[in-house]
Amino acid sequence: MNKNNAHEIMDDHKMARAITRIAHEILERNGGAESLVIVGILTRGAHLAARLAETIKGIEGVDIPVGLMDINLYRDDVHFNPDQPEVRKTEIMFDIDEKNLILVDDVLYTGRTIRAALSQIIDLGRPWTVQLAVLVDRGHRQLPIRADYVGKNIPTSFEDNVRVYFTESDESDQVVLYPATDKKSKNGEIK
Amino acid sequence: MSLSSRHLLQLEGTPKKDLDLILDTAESFREILDRPIKKVPPLRGKTVVNIFYEPSTRTKLSFELAEKRLSADTMTFTTAMSSVRKGESLKDTVRNIEAMKIDMVVVRHSSAGVPYYLTQCLEANIINAGDGTHEHPTQGLLDIFTIRQKYGKIKGLRVLLVGDLKHSRVARSNIWGLKTLGASVAICGPSTLLPYEAEKFGIDVYTDIDEAMEGVDVVNILRIQLERQKAGLFPSQREYTNLFGITTERLKRLNKNYTIMHPGPMNRGVEISNDVADSPASVILSQVTNGQAVRMAVLYLLSGAEEQGNKV
Repeated sequence: MNKNNAHEIMDDHKMARAITRIAHEILERNGGAESLVIVGILTRGAHLAARLAETIKGIEGVDIPVGLMDINLYRDDVHFNPDQPEVRKTEIMFDIDEKNLILVDDVLYTGRTIRAALSQIIDLGRPWTVQLAVLVDRGHRQLPIRADYVGKNIPTSFEDNVRVYFTESDESDQVVLYPATDKKSKNGEIK
Repeated sequence: MSLSSRHLLQLEGTPKKDLDLILDTAESFREILDRPIKKVPPLRGKTVVNIFYEPSTRTKLSFELAEKRLSADTMTFTTAMSSVRKGESLKDTVRNIEAMKIDMVVVRHSSAGVPYYLTQCLEANIINAGDGTHEHPTQGLLDIFTIRQKYGKIKGLRVLLVGDLKHSRVARSNIWGLKTLGASVAICGPSTLLPYEAEKFGIDVYTDIDEAMEGVDVVNILRIQLERQKAGLFPSQREYTNLFGITTERLKRLNKNYTIMHPGPMNRGVEISNDVADSPASVILSQVTNGQAVRMAVLYLLSGAEEQGNKV
């Protein structure tokens, strides 16, 4: 990705404020932290899930169970792909039955990842509610899915690329929009 | 992520990156076996046929369950109840089965090379579930997976295989896989049950069990195939037990934190004593559970590799 035409949408301060606001919204809507469990979708949804749990602990002083989920076995495009997607470990070491489960991902786009995650959650138990928290909603849904908590809405074109970076796996906390033309010029051969 | 072959025929020559990919993927599938609903959808719409020309309990059930847990449609075919008894040839049998539009074949046969032969006459992905005295790759993989689960690594461990090494396809798959992953491998058994020129595999060969056990981390005890006794390869069962049977007394020479494995079916009191088989160091039942995760990983990884030509 050509960094020259990339736009920074959120810096570390904006990200931290958005995460704090989402944490407060989750607590407000669920009347506290008692019934909550958080599940982050690998890789960067898991980072965001850990940040949310930490922020909620700062506010309420309660440790919320946090799990990780890999959704690749539930993808709907397995048969279109000659290469099988890598399967990573799902680690949900607690009971999700009757809980308010906060499902967390970094970017909400077509909604297909969330559909896969919902199918998997139903195989794991029966939460009382599933609520979706994302840092960025960039539109272009292909399924009837919406987020309950959104850090920032970003209008994009379908071909753009939005990346969320976390210091856990990247150099800095940052949300960056890579416009479509960039992505194409990167490969050179595509007009 | 995909394997470099669209079939799993043997661990000999299987590159390290393929072994690592299967073992890592199996790690993820292992978690599914602890869920309340032990089923995931990636093989929906695929049909897998298990063709067993030889008796089997563990391997057959384990493959069937692995297939079902991946949501594949599955059929199992054993020769006793089939037209094989009317004289139908292997090739005709499998081509007829393939004409029913199947995607993958799991095969066990008493002749070495049958799985390879099937890759030449079928389009389906072929998985070897044991061919003659050649290899039993998924058993080798699940043994290696079980070792890796306990020690977190394979490299640098000393693994000893004891028993009938000459006729054991399990041993052969273990030796190739363990060597590729950097373990030091030793074998021990009566000289009539050791393969010719075994040293050329790059392994240490012993005929004295007490000497062989020195400094070993993992002992994998192979079944003594009692039917071989008729061939006169060892004088008596009691003599075998005295010279090679694994007893608590013999375990003292092993490294601390040692592991006891057996691919089953066990002859208790022959190659393994009761107290060893049921000791805390024995991972024999974990091997069976892990077998499912490993077979799920193999089925999953191979099922993606259908459209890429006839790469063996």
